[in-house]
Amino acid sequence: MSITRDEVAHLARLARIALTDAELDHFAGQLDVIISAVARVQEVTAEGIPATSHAVPLTNVFRPDELTECLTAEAALAAAPAVEDQRFRVPRILAEE
Amino acid sequence: MTAELTRMTAAQLASAIAAGEVSATEVTRAHLDRVAAVDGQVHAFLHVPSELALAAARMVDDRRAAGQPLGPLAGVPVAVKDVFATADMPTTCGSRILDGWQPPYESTVTRRLREAGAIVLGKTNMDEFAMGSSTENSAFGPSRNPWDLTRVPGGSSGGSSAAVTAFETPLGIGTDTGGSIRQPGAVCGIVGVKPTYGGSSRYGVVAFASSLDTPGPLARTVLDAALLHEAMSGHDPCDSTSIDAPVPPVVAAARQANVEGMRIGVVTELSGEGYQPGVLTRFGEAVELLESLGAKITEVSCPHFVYALPAYYLIAPSECSSNLARFDAMRYGLRAGDDGTRSAEEVMSLTREMGFGAEVKRRIMLGTYALSSGYYDAYYGKAQQVRTLVIRDFEAAFEQVDVLVSPSTPTTAFKVGERVDDPIAMYLADLCTIPSDLAGNAALSVPCGLAPDDGLPVGLQVMAPVLADDRAYRVGAAVEAALTERWGHPLLDEAPALAAGPGRSGTDD
Repeated sequence: MSITRDEVAHLARLARIALTDAELDHFAGQLDVIISAVARVQEVTAEGIPATSHAVPLTNVFRPDELTECLTAEAALAAAPAVEDQRFRVPRILAEE
Repeated sequence: MTAELTRMTAAQLASAIAAGEVSATEVTRAHLDRVAAVDGQVHAFLHVPSELALAAARMVDDRRAAGQPLGPLAGVPVAVKDVFATADMPTTCGSRILDGWQPPYESTVTRRLREAGAIVLGKTNMDEFAMGSSTENSAFGPSRNPWDLTRVPGGSSGGSSAAVTAFETPLGIGTDTGGSIRQPGAVCGIVGVKPTYGGSSRYGVVAFASSLDTPGPLARTVLDAALLHEAMSGHDPCDSTSIDAPVPPVVAAARQANVEGMRIGVVTELSGEGYQPGVLTRFGEAVELLESLGAKITEVSCPHFVYALPAYYLIAPSECSSNLARFDAMRYGLRAGDDGTRSAEEVMSLTREMGFGAEVKRRIMLGTYALSSGYYDAYYGKAQQVRTLVIRDFEAAFEQVDVLVSPSTPTTAFKVGERVDDPIAMYLADLCTIPSDLAGNAALSVPCGLAPDDGLPVGLQVMAPVLADDRAYRVGAAVEAALTERWGHPLLDEAPALAAGPGRSGTDD
């Protein structure tokens, strides 16, 4: 067993997905199988191999600090789930105490 | 005439339109008619805003009438995977969480295609957020393989591959993260290309795994794929990983179609157990064909390729768990459970529960696991080391040979439903394509026949070094030319004709 149902529930909380109990049962078994399969990478034991995060060499890219066009407030808000006073309206972020 | 237009290649259509033999409007209308006739069965498209396509076609016709210069793809229809942001039509990524989302901006790739005169016919179905190999993970139902409607068209760019195969469009674009262009291309019997990573812009492509995602072409001929590749690619200041170098000469290479004197390596590790016998038969014949065309064939071992699949299924989910954190129900997309009492965090969790499908949830949790402290070194860290070893295998191989070849997929198209609840079986569809994604090099899939055991298309994969995309096109075009001559017709002539069925049941028109 590489992962337990409780651990999957913890992952779902971290990932902000309100899984149902039935989903937890289902995913726990599947994730256990997947993690056991991908753990095969641990067979590679050679020392001193650098990690690759990107296949091509990366350098930071900057553009000239010049004003360019950007979205209007109306365009940026057009797909918002809720809008109030030309702003994104969001649910409360603090607990009720 | 209408039927003829849909059977023409993009190259033929572009020159016929430029010469005034046919109008862009007639070409667009013919393809829209074909979509109306067959897409009820194929379900390749999610959105077909036909008035927009016809308006774009009329603009091409007006430009031509006014004597203004035309782009290289003027009037040629293209189907766009629903992962590219389009400012005039929805972009859903096959997900409930983006159902009906209208982006406020345009992706660089689609902008370039429109500037080249291409007509965006519509947006195509895909596995949700490009995670899958069959389109069965789409929230809007699977697409079907035109060779056999009970089978999948591959994925995740399966809507685009099905549309091209069903003659609904000559061109389609997709994205390849673990094989999502080449695998659907292979199982549909068409050409699919993953350009060098950074060769085509990711700006406006909804991110899945940012170090891997690569937009690329799907077409019925190697030359058409090259024309599309050239039009969509090139440096983009809006993408920080875009390569500032000229687009490799892919069109010239497709026209050259010559492998004489080329050194071609057969990858030992991408064969054998787990491969369908009929796939290996056709692959073996393709290698013999290349030898008969003057290539020097050697076998090359890439010992770490066997770890590429497990490494990919740690790296891609890790990046996805981070990228998909943006779907927080606050600025765009679905919001569920916002009843005035729930907190932002509760609304977020309910929205993601309702908005994401099973595979996306699995991958987000897998990535969250691989990146969590205590497991990071053993999983994500190890996978990144494997990535280095895969790159070194390629480097060593490309010192001996010019390109590498393998089957594009271990099996032909599987049945709808067959692998849907067996993630590991589904992941194996990407076995041969993943190494090139990890290394960021260029790879192409070209049809090499029908498997004798089930009569379904088999793809030959050609892998070339970073920014040597043209080599893959040279080989692909040579194979295509020789096989078309041997068969006396293109492979797709053997696909069953689709009867005109009930119309498509899309949400828009």
